Amino acid sequence: MYSNWETVIGLEIHAQLSTNSKLFSGSSIAYGAEPNTQANEVDLALPGTLPVLNKEVMNLAARLGIALNATINKRSVFERKNYFYPDLPKGYQTSQLELPIVEHGELFISVNGEEKRIGVTRAHLEEDAGKSIHGAAEGCTGIDLNRAGTPLLEIVSEPELSSAAEAVAYMKKLHSLVQYIGICDGNMQEGSFRCDANVSVRPKGQEELGTRAEIKNINSFRFVEKAINYEIERQIDLIEDGGEVVQETRLYDAEKNETRSMRSKEEANDYRYFPCPDLLPVVIDDSFIDAVRGDMPELPDAKKARFVSDFGLSDEDAAQLTNSRPMADYFEAVVADGVEAKMAANWCNGELSAWLNKEEKDVAESPVSAAMLAGMCKRIADNTISNKIAKEVFEGMWNGEGDADAVIDAKGLKQITDTGAIEAMIDEIIANNAGQVEQYRAGKEKVFGFFVGQVMKATQGKANPAQVNQILKQKLAG
Amino acid sequence: MTWHTKTLTELSNAIAARETTSRELAEHFIARVEAFDGELNTFVTRTFDAALAAADAADARRAAGESLGPLDGLPFAHKDIFCTKGVKTTCGSKMLDNFISPYDATVVEKLQAAGMVCLGKTNMDEFAMGSSNETSYYGDVKNPWNTSKVPGGSSGGSASAVGARLVPATTGTDTGGSIRQPAAFCGITGIKPTYGRVSRYGMIAFASSLDQAGVFATTAEDAALMLQAMSGFDERDSTSIERPVDDLVTGLGESLAGKTIGLPKQFFADGLEPEVKDAVDAAINEYKNLGAEVKEIDLPNIGLSVPVYYVVAPAEASANLSRFDGVRYGHRCDNPEDLTDLYKRTRAEGFGDEVKRRIMMGTYALSSGYYDAYYIKAQKIRRLIRDDFLKAFEEVDLIAGPTTPGLPFGLGEQTDDPVTMYLNDIFTIGVNLAGLPGMSIPVGEASGLPIGLQLVGKHFGEAELLNAAHQYQQVTDWHKAIPAAFQ
Repeated sequence: MYSNWETVIGLEIHAQLSTNSKLFSGSSIAYGAEPNTQANEVDLALPGTLPVLNKEVMNLAARLGIALNATINKRSVFERKNYFYPDLPKGYQTSQLELPIVEHGELFISVNGEEKRIGVTRAHLEEDAGKSIHGAAEGCTGIDLNRAGTPLLEIVSEPELSSAAEAVAYMKKLHSLVQYIGICDGNMQEGSFRCDANVSVRPKGQEELGTRAEIKNINSFRFVEKAINYEIERQIDLIEDGGEVVQETRLYDAEKNETRSMRSKEEANDYRYFPCPDLLPVVIDDSFIDAVRGDMPELPDAKKARFVSDFGLSDEDAAQLTNSRPMADYFEAVVADGVEAKMAANWCNGELSAWLNKEEKDVAESPVSAAMLAGMCKRIADNTISNKIAKEVFEGMWNGEGDADAVIDAKGLKQITDTGAIEAMIDEIIANNAGQVEQYRAGKEKVFGFFVGQVMKATQGKANPAQVNQILKQKLAG
Repeated sequence: MTWHTKTLTELSNAIAARETTSRELAEHFIARVEAFDGELNTFVTRTFDAALAAADAADARRAAGESLGPLDGLPFAHKDIFCTKGVKTTCGSKMLDNFISPYDATVVEKLQAAGMVCLGKTNMDEFAMGSSNETSYYGDVKNPWNTSKVPGGSSGGSASAVGARLVPATTGTDTGGSIRQPAAFCGITGIKPTYGRVSRYGMIAFASSLDQAGVFATTAEDAALMLQAMSGFDERDSTSIERPVDDLVTGLGESLAGKTIGLPKQFFADGLEPEVKDAVDAAINEYKNLGAEVKEIDLPNIGLSVPVYYVVAPAEASANLSRFDGVRYGHRCDNPEDLTDLYKRTRAEGFGDEVKRRIMMGTYALSSGYYDAYYIKAQKIRRLIRDDFLKAFEEVDLIAGPTTPGLPFGLGEQTDDPVTMYLNDIFTIGVNLAGLPGMSIPVGEASGLPIGLQLVGKHFGEAELLNAAHQYQQVTDWHKAIPAAFQ
């Protein structure tokens, strides 16, 4: 029913930079401290205090610029964005407007197997505000300035995303990228990676953009998708009913799955930007950029290509492994330990990922280390355990029962490879199932599976399947 | 004893020669503040107990042979724009009437490290916005030469206190003339160094790209002594310059023979009061006698200084003063109904008229649709004014002219007419826009009121500037004049 419409989406993503201290003061930015214990006289905006740029942010911003194949401006300027709010101590936010540090970048996303280039307009440095805690005391709002001054990179895409799925793909790609290059921890619960979405619709074929609404502060991939889809439907329904979309800021309510108006353009502030006279323009040179470039880790796309060419993995397997740098590193550690790449990939993408998802853990938190997984894979390779039994071994390792050998020993999962023992067992089964033997010999080959099942049952799955097959065939043939 | 008729340098020598002690000097000047300040209103806050303790500590250091240097144990006062730990820091505003700073400004730390003894905080125009010290929440400061006249502003308290010899020296700040104009009006020596020479950390901001701390004293030699201790790079101020500080004191004594002094023709045009012109001409003649050559120069864009300043300074101030919102410190209105009410009433009650006027001018200049026409245009002209000065300095070593167009005016005389008030700084503002060092020294009097000569140096040319003032003071006595009522 919406097939006559086309959607235009641009995302503004705030990534909190992984520095030790704030953008313009020496205060710590560690998460979760007691309110106002990480706010010094600069953060409190006491009279007479002045900002001093934390130079580390230039390094981190330049990394992003390189990763996005963007222009890194040799001269960038901090400006004051003026507005009053209790959690904004100076009455202005120090940000970049005319001359941001990064401009004209690009990011490639893949949706339904198709690759698409999304332009990144700019990425600029700015300081975060503090936090208002409403109802901190009876009838009062508390202000926590621990977060005030935390360095952010605001990464602004071109309005080139045309569906919620593309928006999510872009956001996930960027989320992975900032972690890859070590500039942001990507922790969305703690607000280290947040998204504003600009959404508009227009009749298919129309050049001119529709009026957009900005949905603020969406803090999960799922909500981004839902909020955008809701907003698209809202706008189309509104226009089709003869209404008009107004330019405004909207808030997504996850509980009700709807967006609602926060403030319209008419109520919007005139921010009166002007260059901050307390800070000099930041000037960097080629040697600085070259040094950062020399220090860059391998980027996801390059890593994926290498996994395909060096390890012979499928595109799909390589893409899944390289989605996150810790997973890619984990995989490489398993391979480095002497495990065949395809087997390592199967276990990383299969059992390991499944357990991580199930228990909502990061690779870094996995109870099964790369060395443990490698140890287990070797037991598969040397026929100590079968693939099937290995899942049980993996579960044992996950639950803290020790490494693969310990679990195999403790649970007696070692594969039975003693031909004599298997033969004796098979003889007994043949003797006890004369009817089935007759059926098999009469040409009903399906019954073979019954015999395999009986052997596995008798050995609790520990018999070597290949051996079982071979011996059974011989014996049944009579 | 008449210690108050001595210069800082003389007092320093007297301590070194054991002719007096820091304690005796502190008590002497405290007594003068107590005797005369009721009339002049130069102090907002007196810190006498702390001063006496600091004086005793200085005496103890000296007795132990551990003197901190020539300033150790000498009394002075800070303009109340510098944050002083544990001491009320008001910036002349009701907004900060209850503000006890939890930290020291860099300038405060440096003078403390030099051993100076601070007697208190001096009155000033509210947030340094004014040319007469009539915008202070703490009342008008009087000119010691004639208490019906203004002392100039914004550092009126600091200038009047030195003029009346209540203290031998004070700190000040200068955004558009706030050291030089009151120095001229009070008959003393004042210097504003190059922008970036003295740290602004802890100095409450009015217009960040123009504000610069400096000194009031009775001689150029004293000003050099104190400025030396205040200057230097500070990593807490990104606009302070990482460059060694010249030796300002031993640089004094160089002959002016062969030096060229430029006289901007625009500074001697119509509108200059004849008494001021006569005194300045006489001073220039004195410089010729000292061997300097004099040459007319052209600063073609200097006439735009005042309008440019009144765009740039209020624009910066409008943002700088946003932090005074009643949320974290300072004045807060009673029983705010909601957030908007808190902001509106706090700021309406806490700020005076001149501050509000400038916040409004600045907000207007930065507003969408006006920004290019005002702020950007003003920045371009500011660059032209700076270039004019730099070009002139290719041909001259110093620039000289009147500090002010007229004599100190009467209290209340110009308060209803902001534009006339703003024109007081017509000769001084360009120097701030260009970031150059400037001074005012007393060079005459008319109707019992002092007249100042402004000297302007090259960027970081404080040593040469101070030497030029010092040479003049070697052959003249204007700087020694003390108002009759305060001898």
